[in-house]
Amino acid sequence: MSETTDLMTRPIPAPAVTLETKPFFDAAAEGRFLIKRCTACGKAHWYPRSMCPYCHSDATVWEESPGTATIYTYSVMWRSPTGPYAIGYVTLDEGPAMMTNFVDVAPDALKIGMKVKVKFQPTEGGPPVPVFVPA
Amino acid sequence: MEGVQAMSIKGKAYVMGAYEHPTRDAPDKTTAQLHAESAKGALEDAGLSFDDVDAYFCAGDAPGFGAMSMVDYMGLRNVRHTDTTETGGSSYLVHLNHACQAIAAGKVNVALITLAGRPRNGGGRPGGPGGGGGKPGALSDGAPEAGFENIYGGSTHNTYGMCAMRHMYEYGTTSEQLAWIKVAASHHAQWNEHAFLKNVVTVEDVVNSRMIADPLHLLDCCVVTDGGGAVIVTSPEVARSLNRPKVKVLGAAEAPKMPLGGQELDLTYCGAVWTGPPTFAEAGVTHADIKYASIYDSFTITVLMTLEDLGFCKKGEGGRFVADGNLISGVGKLPFNTDGGGLCNNHPTNRGGITKIIETVRQLRGEAHPKVQVPNCDIALAHGTGGSLGVRHAAATVIMEREA
Repeated sequence: MSETTDLMTRPIPAPAVTLETKPFFDAAAEGRFLIKRCTACGKAHWYPRSMCPYCHSDATVWEESPGTATIYTYSVMWRSPTGPYAIGYVTLDEGPAMMTNFVDVAPDALKIGMKVKVKFQPTEGGPPVPVFVPA
Repeated sequence: MEGVQAMSIKGKAYVMGAYEHPTRDAPDKTTAQLHAESAKGALEDAGLSFDDVDAYFCAGDAPGFGAMSMVDYMGLRNVRHTDTTETGGSSYLVHLNHACQAIAAGKVNVALITLAGRPRNGGGRPGGPGGGGGKPGALSDGAPEAGFENIYGGSTHNTYGMCAMRHMYEYGTTSEQLAWIKVAASHHAQWNEHAFLKNVVTVEDVVNSRMIADPLHLLDCCVVTDGGGAVIVTSPEVARSLNRPKVKVLGAAEAPKMPLGGQELDLTYCGAVWTGPPTFAEAGVTHADIKYASIYDSFTITVLMTLEDLGFCKKGEGGRFVADGNLISGVGKLPFNTDGGGLCNNHPTNRGGITKIIETVRQLRGEAHPKVQVPNCDIALAHGTGGSLGVRHAAATVIMEREA
């Protein structure tokens, strides 16, 4: 396998940025990982919204996260013209699960329960997006 | 007509909340946000909460995938009925009528209907590209989840793969057990002259086929086919006038399942946990009464999770339930997908729902292929899964009976 195959990098398209999520991607461009937390009920959620999906308060605020997480599940996609890549969900230490890719890791090294940390990956013409690497 | 009188909406439903969003120009809000704020206003007006809502209606102005993106965005965790009928500006009156019908039928109690958009600010037009006008660097006003999901290369294969991976981790389900689902489908497909794949396969064939998305192999996946199908539903009066076996609908239920902010993500179960109990209750039958089941089979894992969640076996025991031919007609306890299903026969335009109804009707009429026809098939179940089990999906279950 090539090094690219081992590390499962893949070209990532530019993310769709909305008025609600622009602060997230602006911070991502500076290497900071933000999540949304509701100051009314205290719960963090993912993906970021202006209204809390749990208590429906609009008192949601951005919070910088260390981006440490645990792999909830994953799947290595072998049927890919740009080489294999891994999609998965991680459970952030703050509670919410989020969809992501795993990079800088060999396919057979991935395991459910593995500790991972965020890394920002460049995209094709857009802001960087959060992917995860072994912690 | 007696049927029309029996199911009249007259006096069966009330409009108890109404809210007009005060904005006329929204440069600083997304369309999703305007839907949610409108919903909140109407619920507060009624003195109800988002958790009280069990039915959600929206039309083409709602960003995302049918009703599912907005149900997820708003955190509507108790929705058991959705309707995205699109008739332009009249959609919301059509929705009101449909909501009254659902309430009159006793299916739901609190329906939420929303509309929102931002034409003054380049927002998404109904049926359009979702805002931004496709210009590089322009802000999107489309599906609110898109920027956090569409970038990761998710496909049906690998999002269902993620479900299978977690199910194996939690319950010890094996690739060999999943393979038995394909084996059973192939045993049925060999008798279907129209089946896309007619060859009988073994467990070894499945687990040795090419890996597509861990842990799903090529033969864990459904076929990709062109084609179509249709069904006709009639009143009892029309049914009695026709010279065909009468297949009576006994019960039905539907439910979407969402990540809902990610705090309770669990990919090992599907919306069937919510559609099974009300469908069996409405039909007044038990699992032992079901002679045949059409189970949505986009992938082998779809069948396994659905059978568990409908209650045909205990949660986590799906692998043992499907093994050793238990789904093969004439061999096992629960004959399934006797046309060969999506796994072998047909999955027209990547949507297997209508073929699930059609084979159920064939079985109840006694018109399935003689090699797979279930003897005395009087009561049968059909289940559909739309979207992705690994992200957001909607489940729908129907139980039908052959009327003597």
